[in-house]
Amino acid sequence: MTRHTLSVLVENSPGVLARVASLFSRRGFNIESLAVGPTEIAHTSRMTIVVNVEDSPLEQVTKQLNKLINVLKIVELDSEASVQRELLLVKVHTDSETRSQVLEIVQLFRARVVDVAVDAIIVEATGTAEKIEALLTALAPFGVKELVQSGLVALARGGRAIDEQTNL
Amino acid sequence: MSKSITGATSLVRSLEHAGVDVMFGIPGGAILPAYDPIFDSSIRHILVRHEQGAGHAATGYAQATGRVGVCIVTSGPGATNLVTPLADAHMDSVPMVAITGQVASAFIGTDAFQEADIRGITMPVTKHNYLITDPDEIPRAIAEAFHIAATGRPGPVLVDISKDALQKMTDFHWPTQIDLAGYKPVTRPNAEQINQAARLIAEAKRPVLYVGGGVIKANAAAALLKLAAVTGAPVVTTLMARGAFPDSHAQHLGMPGMHGTVAAVTALQKADLLITLGARFDDRVTGKLSTFAPGAKIIHADIDPAEIGKNRQVDVAIIGDLLEVIGELTPAIEAEFKAGRQSDITGWVKQCESWKRTYPLGYDQPEDGSVSPQQVIQRIGQLVGPDGIFVAGVGQHQMWASQYVSFEKPRSWLNSGGLGTMGYAVPAAMGAKVGRPEAAVWAIDGDGCFQMTNQELVTCALNQIPIKVAIINNESLGMVRQWQTLFYNSRYSNTDLHSKRIPDFAKLADAMGCIGLRCEKREDIDRTIEEAMAINDQPVVIDFSVHRDAMVWPMVAAGTSNDDIMVARELAPDWDSQEL
Repeated sequence: MTRHTLSVLVENSPGVLARVASLFSRRGFNIESLAVGPTEIAHTSRMTIVVNVEDSPLEQVTKQLNKLINVLKIVELDSEASVQRELLLVKVHTDSETRSQVLEIVQLFRARVVDVAVDAIIVEATGTAEKIEALLTALAPFGVKELVQSGLVALARGGRAIDEQTNL
Repeated sequence: MSKSITGATSLVRSLEHAGVDVMFGIPGGAILPAYDPIFDSSIRHILVRHEQGAGHAATGYAQATGRVGVCIVTSGPGATNLVTPLADAHMDSVPMVAITGQVASAFIGTDAFQEADIRGITMPVTKHNYLITDPDEIPRAIAEAFHIAATGRPGPVLVDISKDALQKMTDFHWPTQIDLAGYKPVTRPNAEQINQAARLIAEAKRPVLYVGGGVIKANAAAALLKLAAVTGAPVVTTLMARGAFPDSHAQHLGMPGMHGTVAAVTALQKADLLITLGARFDDRVTGKLSTFAPGAKIIHADIDPAEIGKNRQVDVAIIGDLLEVIGELTPAIEAEFKAGRQSDITGWVKQCESWKRTYPLGYDQPEDGSVSPQQVIQRIGQLVGPDGIFVAGVGQHQMWASQYVSFEKPRSWLNSGGLGTMGYAVPAAMGAKVGRPEAAVWAIDGDGCFQMTNQELVTCALNQIPIKVAIINNESLGMVRQWQTLFYNSRYSNTDLHSKRIPDFAKLADAMGCIGLRCEKREDIDRTIEEAMAINDQPVVIDFSVHRDAMVWPMVAAGTSNDDIMVARELAPDWDSQEL
């Protein structure tokens, strides 16, 4: 199995997320992460979908995605040739003894503290999946109370936009 | 400026602009506003007895005419009763538009009376669907729905309209142009791929034209005839393609697949090139996929890019409308031949002819003197002739109809191929007869199938839709029983319908305003069919009481290789006596 990142341009019409998500599940694929939001074009949203799948079934699922009337364009983003980021918010248990150690880790990872309480802080971090995972490993010993991650978002490097790239 | 008409009037006017001449439906609460303007419309509305019947009737109409079939029902159970025909039409790529009423937009999501999320429910079984809550959007949604249903790979489109959108006032603007950014089906084939295909065909020593239902949908039967003449290659027609190529044609080997002819199945297995036209390598055709046509290169032409490489890797893919594809492929092949590139395929053609001669379709007459189902179906085909339309349900009778009716023309064979919907025949035959009233329309149905949807005979009787229904009554769920015989040690769990006793089909027909006939003897078959043929002002139902142990042969058991085809029980073809 290989990890693939698909960038899917869709019309921002009601039900489009359900159409895309249910297509993956109907064809037997698990979505590892999915992020969706508006774009520079009105009425158009962009989904970044990460799936673990062999090449040939991936081709089949992209073809099926292309058949959805609300799907405008699909490209695969190679991890080398694109900028890929995830956002993490994590609430870490801290007290007067451990707070400075946690802050040191936050600095090392170029993360930020966005909320402070007596017994916990919230850390915000962006980066690749690997960086996020490393940060979480480093914070684990202090006690993670809760965390939330966005799906991965990605853009191809270079000057060309998605509508100037070849459709999958 | 004040708004001039209701959303309901806008809907009916949109349907008129879309060219709808007939629709099948049942009113109910949420769709009720639309039924008021329907009362004054030029569109013929046929009031069916079950929403499933409306859906299959729209499909039958579409398959018989090539035009978009239309059905209209209410919210909740009305809409959910359409799910089966939508899934059926989706699997068999039938152009259909379904209009459903929805509860008023303020009630959506509140579990209101007769509320069902039909857009959500039908997402996987429609080509596209809409939920409209703004009356101003009705004309565009209807125009787009017809466009999407009829173009590219055809399919069903559902338009769900909330009750308040039907009641509110609006203005009517029919869109003159439809531009869907995410929907641009490719119809024109790529010239380079056409040339590559022509080269492969010129080089092939054992080519077979593997013809699917797409040829009929593309109205490409005449073009196919010419392609077959130019190449001289043997032709097989799948269950969905029966009638795309004349059964009487010397190059035709018949139907491939689980119950295909030995010649068609074997030709595919031994071919070195499959010229696949609008077919989809369905599991019922390929048998065990890894052993299907092992020595064949594949040319795959289809309007749907997602079919290419789905089940079988291809050597040349051609995306396009088959009428254009075949239209360009034929001269390209002629050019290859003219340039002196042409393999000699006479030995291969002779080999295929020899399989066809040695292993014709056939059946034994039951020893107890009872009626053979195959003979009944064969005689219906012969007596009605190639101008008739034959509509089957699903099961043994469907396979026998495909095998023993001789199809000469496209759109003369309607059946539920992909989904395998029992109960398809009666309502689909009704739709076909409405679309082509001049044609003799025969439903060839099973006693099991018939009991699922026969209430539409009431609709037929009341609306002067004189179809014929031949019930092939073996008092069993016959195909399931056949599998029990072969694979479950003849343990007939829940397949005995007792339908020679109950119901009395002739009386049932009579009660529904039809003529009911019975045939229990071999010598009465022709006379009964002719008696039915002479009645043209009423639907006719014939209860053919047939032998219950008749089985469909040949057969490739599910999950096995096509190489293991059996011509009869425990009887494989004698390959050793054949030179391969």
